[in-house]
Amino acid sequence: MLAFIGRSIIQKIITLFFVSVISFLIIHLAPGEPSQVDPLNPKFTPEMVERFRKEFHLDRPLYVQYTYFYRDLFTGKTVSWKDNRPVLKKIWERFKNSLWLFIVGTILTWTLSFPIGIRSAIFRGGFYDRSTTFFSYLLISIPGFFFAYILIIVVVNTCHVPVIGMETFGIGEPPWYRWFMDRIWHLLLPSLLGATAGIAILSRYVRSQMLEVESQDYVRTARAKGLPEEQVHYKHALRNALLPFVTMFGLILPGLIGGSVIIESIFSWPGMGRMAYEAILARDYPIILTVNFVSAVLVLAGTFVSDVLYMVVDPRIRL
Amino acid sequence: MRRETRKFVDTVEMQEPLAPRESRWQEFWRLLKRNRLAFLGLIIFVFFFLTALAGLMLTSGTRPVLDPAMVRLQERLRAPLSSPNLEMLLPDEIPRLGVYLFGTDDLGRDVFARMMQGAWVSLTVGFVAVGIAVLIGIIMGGISGHFGQNRIRVDHILATIFLLSGLVVLVLLVRPLWATLLGGFAWGCMFSLWWRKVWGGLSLPKWLSILRRDTISIDTLIMRFVDIMLCFPSFFLILTVVALLPASMYNIMIVIGLTSWMGTTRFVRAEFLSLREQDFVTAACALGVSNWRIIFRHMIPNAIAPVLVSATIGIATAILTEAGLSFLGFGVPPPHATWGNILSDGKNFIFDAPWLTFIPGFAILIVVLSFNLFGEGLRDILNPKLRERY
Repeated sequence: MLAFIGRSIIQKIITLFFVSVISFLIIHLAPGEPSQVDPLNPKFTPEMVERFRKEFHLDRPLYVQYTYFYRDLFTGKTVSWKDNRPVLKKIWERFKNSLWLFIVGTILTWTLSFPIGIRSAIFRGGFYDRSTTFFSYLLISIPGFFFAYILIIVVVNTCHVPVIGMETFGIGEPPWYRWFMDRIWHLLLPSLLGATAGIAILSRYVRSQMLEVESQDYVRTARAKGLPEEQVHYKHALRNALLPFVTMFGLILPGLIGGSVIIESIFSWPGMGRMAYEAILARDYPIILTVNFVSAVLVLAGTFVSDVLYMVVDPRIRL
Repeated sequence: MRRETRKFVDTVEMQEPLAPRESRWQEFWRLLKRNRLAFLGLIIFVFFFLTALAGLMLTSGTRPVLDPAMVRLQERLRAPLSSPNLEMLLPDEIPRLGVYLFGTDDLGRDVFARMMQGAWVSLTVGFVAVGIAVLIGIIMGGISGHFGQNRIRVDHILATIFLLSGLVVLVLLVRPLWATLLGGFAWGCMFSLWWRKVWGGLSLPKWLSILRRDTISIDTLIMRFVDIMLCFPSFFLILTVVALLPASMYNIMIVIGLTSWMGTTRFVRAEFLSLREQDFVTAACALGVSNWRIIFRHMIPNAIAPVLVSATIGIATAILTEAGLSFLGFGVPPPHATWGNILSDGKNFIFDAPWLTFIPGFAILIVVLSFNLFGEGLRDILNPKLRERY
């Protein structure tokens, strides 16, 4: 176990190194330079461009830029090229906003998809099963931005509540219960949209896991000895079917920073995805690279956590 | 005499049922027709394919039948199925169909013509991107599954560096393109000849034998590379690269293709690892069939089923990605219509002209849904374990 943990940590650090090199190369070898973002701006004199390049080491060779960048990142000194504020602080501010979407979205995904999946596995082949199958394909296939507009039209027309942004513009200092409801309404749509694909995929997965376990011998034995159906489904089958899902707690980690670009820009939600999008538009390399690096760290940490959890939970697996 | 021949023929006819009753394609077709959702998916896909082809033919050229770029400012935001206001239009501007089938947008352009043009974009982006991904995936997965156990020696690495640096020097210094290509070809041939004839036979002194030391295996190398690629957040990576490169349809296809080959690689590798242990591959080896013939004639046809399924679903994902990029304004550059940018232009008029949002939205939804349904049906049909016996 310890040997496995040590080996996989070393492997992940090597992977992370290559990820950092590749993302750095992709960004810096692409045509165009950040100093040329706005060539028509009359305030941008050649001297200023030169000063800009010197300030951010853009006149040095690539490998020197690489070491400068990651040295600054690890000492927390990287600054955004756009407004000269520390990148980590900027990301942290946006991260706090995205975190709400992530939490509500995850709760929706995990609480909705299990009942749906289990029910369609129990009534396999029936009307309920077939219609949930079709609906989950529908939810996987619908473009997020289109679904967002449909939901906006429906909610705005029927409930008459504002949904764009994090809170109603100019709401001032309302009593706490109105403030709370306002926040909930603004939170609900984007997090529901973020969760749709997750609900569809996870409920299919729950269904196939349940079906697999239900065809095992011990479930037949449980039926044969005359246990009530509920006990067979929920005690014998479900508990074993849940096993792979424990590991998925590790795999949702990357979603923390993923923050959908499209949904956050539709709802004007000041989160991570939107910040990354704005950084791409402004060629703000430090932010792009840092977001990339942090999300690679989260992916690797997620797979690591899920491997370890699998070993802890499933006694059949010993690495 | 005559009767005897007749008898002979009868006995011959008795042999016939030994041949398979139906070919593989007939069986596939029968199973597909039984799976109603998948069959529906296939029908919609064929319809979409024909629409896209018709769209390409009707909307391209200098004087297209349906002009997607014709601006009629006096006919802004007309509802679907409304007929054009003939007095206000020049003879050239009158739509050929005599009616705005899907209405017009905020510049008075015919949405039907724009949708037809966009269909071709969605189709090519989906197929070319997935084609690139599948090609890379099969090559990488095949190498990793079939030659995976071979180890890379230190001199292999040095040779690769040497070869590549030679090519880089050629590209940087030799100017006309044909000279560069010719030089590169000559350099590659010379190097590989030298490698085969001289280096392979050379017996090295003791201190140089470090050059023939084994390092990691090819399999480890490729799989670690797949792990590295999986670390990138895919939509964000695609967005970054597309934003940095000049806007064009080909860049989008290539970028989507280059960032989505990892799944195929893993499938193909797993299939190859299990196939190479099978008896028919051993038999082919024993008959002296060459490596490449074994790979292409014996292994790939057997390993193709999961690739086909993931490719079909990959097309759906690629179409969605392209629509998302167009929606954010990074898609195919503006005068050319795509479903994503029709929707993105239409969102500003969502309450006045809802058709600008709903028509492209439902088009994307239906096409992507048909690919997903067909892919899932294909998975059931091609998997003999899930197939019920009748």
